[in-house]
Amino acid sequence: MNPTPSSADKVSIVLFSGTTDKLMAATVIASGAAAMQKQVTIFLTFWGLMAFRKGAKEQPPRISTDFADFAEAAMQAMQAKKVPHWLDTLRDAMDLGDVKVKACGLTMDLFGLKLEDLEPVVSEVTGVGSFVEDSTGGQTLFI
Amino acid sequence: MENITITRESDARGSFCPGPLMELIRIVRDAKVGDVLAVISSDDGSKKDIPLWLTKAKHELLGTEPVEGATRFICRKAH
Repeated sequence: MNPTPSSADKVSIVLFSGTTDKLMAATVIASGAAAMQKQVTIFLTFWGLMAFRKGAKEQPPRISTDFADFAEAAMQAMQAKKVPHWLDTLRDAMDLGDVKVKACGLTMDLFGLKLEDLEPVVSEVTGVGSFVEDSTGGQTLFI
Repeated sequence: MENITITRESDARGSFCPGPLMELIRIVRDAKVGDVLAVISSDDGSKKDIPLWLTKAKHELLGTEPVEGATRFICRKAH
């Protein structure tokens, strides 16, 4: 149904942060981009990658310390309003659009991780060189 | 909008941005060409996002109507 995207129709997200607030931001942007028929690549590195270890949904939610003043209010609001888990938001986006999640080779080596240690939404381990090459010509966000 | 028969409707009230849009995309995907589909959203973002998506995806927005503090978006699957 969707035509093959041109290079201008790409959104790449470097997901460096592993706190719930930023994981939500990244996965909601990925959903919006997928809905608007962009080709989306999420490159997981450092704490973003650590958040995608198997059992991600069982981890307690955390807010960035930069926003510690809002942490309690944010947690309460998310619980009260039954905000979907960021991993479910991402799965929905992957179901409806073109979204790929790739893991940074450096972080994998650094923490001794293998692809099977990660949530199955992650399709491959890749290097920064191929990420930069793939993202050329589209929009890139660092979260 | 009295003359339109809705084939399938999804009530996405309470779902957060971009939930209602994603729900609409799902029911459009699963529908037959020509089907009339509706989604009800209480998310203000939908007011811009849903018409924008329908234009982009080349489906037809038949109309919108208020429903108890939310909005019903009605469209026809065009292809």
